[in-house]
Amino acid sequence: MKEIYADNNATTKVDEAVFEEMRPYFCELYGNPSSMHFFGGQVQKKVDEARNRVAQLLGASPEEIVFTACGTESDNAAIRSALEVYPERRHIITTRVEHPAVLTLCRNLGKRGYRVTELNVDGEGRLDLDELRGAIDQDTAIVSVMYANNETGVVFPIEEIGKIVKEKGKGAFFHTDAVQAVGKIPLDMATSTVDMLSLSGHKLHAPKGIGVLYLRKGVPFRPFLVGGHQERSRRAGTENTAAIIALGKACELAALHMADENGRVKAMRDRLEKELLALIPHARINGGQAERLPNTLSIAFEFVEGEAILMLLSEKGICASSGSACTSGSLEPSHVLRAMGVPFTCAHGSVRFSLSRFNDDSDIEAIIRELPPVIERLRQMSPFGREFLDK
Amino acid sequence: MWDYTDKVRDHFLNPHNVGEIKDADAVGEVGSLACGDALKLYIKLDEDKNRIIDAKFQTFGCASAIASSSALTDIIKGRTLDEALAVSNQEIADYLGGLPEEKMHCSVMGQEALEVAIAKYRGGPVPTHNHDHEELEGDVVCKCFGLTDVFLKKVIAANKLTTAEQVTHFTKAGGACGGCLPRIKELIAEVLGTEAKETPKKPEKLTNLRKMQLIQETLEKEIRPLLWADGGDLELVDISGSEVQIAFRKACAGCSASGNTAKFVEAKLRELVADDIVVVEVEG
Repeated sequence: MKEIYADNNATTKVDEAVFEEMRPYFCELYGNPSSMHFFGGQVQKKVDEARNRVAQLLGASPEEIVFTACGTESDNAAIRSALEVYPERRHIITTRVEHPAVLTLCRNLGKRGYRVTELNVDGEGRLDLDELRGAIDQDTAIVSVMYANNETGVVFPIEEIGKIVKEKGKGAFFHTDAVQAVGKIPLDMATSTVDMLSLSGHKLHAPKGIGVLYLRKGVPFRPFLVGGHQERSRRAGTENTAAIIALGKACELAALHMADENGRVKAMRDRLEKELLALIPHARINGGQAERLPNTLSIAFEFVEGEAILMLLSEKGICASSGSACTSGSLEPSHVLRAMGVPFTCAHGSVRFSLSRFNDDSDIEAIIRELPPVIERLRQMSPFGREFLDK
Repeated sequence: MWDYTDKVRDHFLNPHNVGEIKDADAVGEVGSLACGDALKLYIKLDEDKNRIIDAKFQTFGCASAIASSSALTDIIKGRTLDEALAVSNQEIADYLGGLPEEKMHCSVMGQEALEVAIAKYRGGPVPTHNHDHEELEGDVVCKCFGLTDVFLKKVIAANKLTTAEQVTHFTKAGGACGGCLPRIKELIAEVLGTEAKETPKKPEKLTNLRKMQLIQETLEKEIRPLLWADGGDLELVDISGSEVQIAFRKACAGCSASGNTAKFVEAKLRELVADDIVVVEVEG
């Protein structure tokens, strides 16, 4: 059975060229880049090269790149730093649809006395920028808004948001969790309003366990991890050199493949969307009217439950993800879909397909072939929707 | 991915007795679209109207909900109504070779549907388990899923549940907003018969002095004895406003899970003293 992997917003395959680039840095070139001898020095050079490659993808300067362990660490470092820089400010603005890396942190901070504003989204997952304008005040330390949503792929107008933060924020920092956006859509930090940006290697064909915090030159920063002087004292801890080098290569490849992602991959996603909507009644696209990442399709099927869909697809070798409750161990439908007001009739039956450059037309054809009977089978079993479905 | 048994997978992939019985003698329906799972159970009785000769189901839900429904119909076929009523959710789970604890609510849903079907057939009071029913037996504890104290206590007792997390896994109660978790803990205590009538209640408003006294009392009476039981201990180092500085001693010192213990201490102090308490572990 051919494996069809369409869950790339969860994690991606490590590109073989990326793996080859990192391979020597385990058993052969294993020096510590902080060491003064030649053995560490050669690794340091390669880390510098990786930093340049990451910076290039972001349109940033190499010294603005801080390597971390993951996107979650980058998010934590950014938000906690802002609060330390402005100890007198007690207000954080974020959105209701953030990844838990940001949302859980903000809610925990809320329990510790910070005032947290979670901006709402409309039925298509879009922000109301007037709500943001009204929320910012002199007490706001940081505004943290994701670049693109991991479940629906909806892209937020980050530069417009940044302008509002700069105009009304009285020095408030602007952070974006760009874990899903980096490598998929062009970013240019040189002209951006973003102060801090998080990315994660494993979302763009580098291994798990490596992330980056982009930190604009001149933005005051208080490190999350303290200890040694690595990363210009902005993130202590011996560098995960092999993963850093891998991420550098992955960023180089991402830049090369971005046109493909926006062309061929988007065409595959659009075809998948169009044909599924044509073949399966009572289906809807979550965030379908909003600007979205080119690789993401969140589609809801009424009267069936997501985990059951995923397990039947898995039997056919198809890997996707669900916005429903049961797969995550939580009991509520995804907080993103609930925030969008997706009705319960379909929130529980939402499935996310997220593609990458390693998908091809045969994958799309297989999903189009296998999914409609799965939905039909589960609907036949469901006590709901008979009045609609039997017509 | 859930670690389902082969039997769960088989009943999910090849469910038995799917469908409806047009001339069913009894129909039991529980759950809802909003809750994320629902089961409609149809039962056909023999001529004496005593023994179940056919059972079918329609289920909206995850793999274990479908598998539990399938198992239930297999189990009850051939049983008298009284024998069927004795089927517990644990029996459904056992029939499937077990369910992940987080999925035990699926087996409970099967048992509920059976109870509802038989009660409706017999014309007695119909057990109510969710907010789709108009009249609920008992007081609603979990507003998100519409579950009452009567129902929760029954499940707690039948499955010998001892933690709120288990109650969530078995019933979903507390699994959404979490607002009812304190009440669920009280219900557990009631069922276990350990409800301490003298359980200290959190005072409404505290002076700084009283707050500090209460923190010390809670640490001495409520928390340290629990740590002693595991060979551990803690020491109160300082109190500054709402920040409580503690140092772990004995087995707790150097324990890799001391972070969790600190969180437990914080939760207990918040529960019994004040909501804004922050516990900080310090060297001391």
